Amino acid sequence: MAGPGGDMQWCFSQVKGAIDDDVAEADIISTVEFNHTGELLATGDKGGRVVIFQQEIENKNQPQFRSEYNVYSTFQSHEPEFDYLKSLEIEEKINKIRWLPQKNAAQFLLSTNDKTIKLWKISERDKRPEGYNLKEDDGRYKDPNTITSLRVPVLIPMDLMVEASPRRVFANAHTYHINSISVNSDNETYLSADDLRINLWHLEITDRSFNIVDIKPANMEELTEVITAAEFHPHQCNTFVYSSSKGTIRLCDMRASALCDKHSKLFEEPEDPSNRSFFSEIISSISDVKFSHNGRYMMTRDYLSMKIWDLNMENRPVETYQVHEYLRSKLCSLYENDCIFDKFECCWNGNDSVVMTGSYNNFFRMFDRGHRRDVTLEASRENSKPMQVLKPRKVCAGGKRKKDEISVDSLDFNKKILHTAWHPQDNIIAVATTNNLYIFQDKVN
Amino acid sequence: MSETTMEVNTEARRILAVSISKLYSARTQRGGLRLHRSLLISMIMRSARDIYHSARESEGPSGAQPTPEEPMDAGAEEPAPPGPQPEPQPAPNSSEPFADEPDATEDEGDCEITEDKENLSPARQSRKRRGKASAAPDFLPSKRARLEPGEERHAAPPGSCRVVPWESLVALSLNRVIPAF
Repeated sequence: MAGPGGDMQWCFSQVKGAIDDDVAEADIISTVEFNHTGELLATGDKGGRVVIFQQEIENKNQPQFRSEYNVYSTFQSHEPEFDYLKSLEIEEKINKIRWLPQKNAAQFLLSTNDKTIKLWKISERDKRPEGYNLKEDDGRYKDPNTITSLRVPVLIPMDLMVEASPRRVFANAHTYHINSISVNSDNETYLSADDLRINLWHLEITDRSFNIVDIKPANMEELTEVITAAEFHPHQCNTFVYSSSKGTIRLCDMRASALCDKHSKLFEEPEDPSNRSFFSEIISSISDVKFSHNGRYMMTRDYLSMKIWDLNMENRPVETYQVHEYLRSKLCSLYENDCIFDKFECCWNGNDSVVMTGSYNNFFRMFDRGHRRDVTLEASRENSKPMQVLKPRKVCAGGKRKKDEISVDSLDFNKKILHTAWHPQDNIIAVATTNNLYIFQDKVN
Repeated sequence: MSETTMEVNTEARRILAVSISKLYSARTQRGGLRLHRSLLISMIMRSARDIYHSARESEGPSGAQPTPEEPMDAGAEEPAPPGPQPEPQPAPNSSEPFADEPDATEDEGDCEITEDKENLSPARQSRKRRGKASAAPDFLPSKRARLEPGEERHAAPPGSCRVVPWESLVALSLNRVIPAF
């Protein structure tokens, strides 16, 4: 990867999705995920569809190569369902997609809505058989009396067809809404987490799962916190973490006991009394937790900040980055318009030197950990000429607004970037606005 | 009342009104009630209630106890809708104008917030008529029950109990929200 974060110049590469401002609710992007090589980029939307883009690389050997992601496969992963017992509709919205590491020619991913996880196989077909003895080419069976000789069928080339088929359906294991799935480094198991419980599955077994965390109190009136995210450690197959609505993260070791209700480590930062406000309890709720690629750190995102924790130090994060501190004085309005409940995700770059997250007004933020630099960029149709360099944006918190700055009151809180993803090796990022997917590339790359 | 205490009071009650309407509108949301969100809203309501109480206590015994007959126009507060929003359109989940909400306050014959009748434990059900008949607290939206097609709106019998004193209302909501899951 070339250059430290501060020297990176991000350019517009592509934008996917409808242009018009009238956003159909089904088109709202709800998750974005690169696969392990970065060749494939999957998005899920509120309508239950998964769209996979594939990278086509022009001149990868050149220093300034331009990569383009084109649609590879589209399929309907989940449909709306109805729980008759509780008289509840189950949304088809895709909450998370996680890729499995590739083992053979086919690709596999897990996609989940609020209640059901599915394992999808995406495979290519570029040959078809011809010359069957008992069937015509169109599939109709021949009259056996007309067959006078035998021949060997041959495979002939055809136009590439990408097929997605559901291989496993993992259902009926969650009473509450699933917020996370995470594939274990053992490539055999994965976890799914809802508000109160975490279940461990085997990828081959759909009719049962093990419950490994259960924080449901005997008396629901005593409920004080819920699980907000969970993830397996990237290398240690016995370790996972889960975050809570109270701003704590618990690290659990599955070797310690079958039910991991007792954490091995509890990561919690004491509250800063000067920041205490009426809403400070709810903005400390963690919306995302991600391990670094090297497995030594984890990052958490709460409403106003991102924190990086060293797994060996529980009492405070090693780094804290303010994403949009200027919103602290607006929390009451943000509560009224529901923005305070927005769940922003965060991500690491390939070598864990830069972290990224989204904000409002279609802004997204990058923090270079080593050089202590940060930048605010915008995903917008106005800045979408090919290879156009993105200009850093600045929000004016108060006082005199400089030229090119935008004031807090002018921010569009309907334009939020909740989902971002970083290519595992290269400086290519995917940023989802409400219904568009922007792909940006580092100019030098 | 001191100026600041009044402001704090007003603000706390406004936030309570907003929170209650959020809880109500969450019930009609696709996908059902969200536990995390309901928990956060109930935490806000608790804090608002505590602030309101401590603000009242801090002004001493001269301040009137919140009797139902107390004129509810303190601070010229408007009934319910959330305060003016400088930001554009609220997010899809936000509390819609109250015409959409199915639950009434004034038309409830037995003065209860009947949230989840099927799931109430026997201990929770309280069919006592509460308090004296009074005007609706000003922070609650003045709205009426959404009718099913073909239903007719019946006039509330005169003298029926209108609405509970608002602290009990808050307590009721808080006690019902989470156990309903």
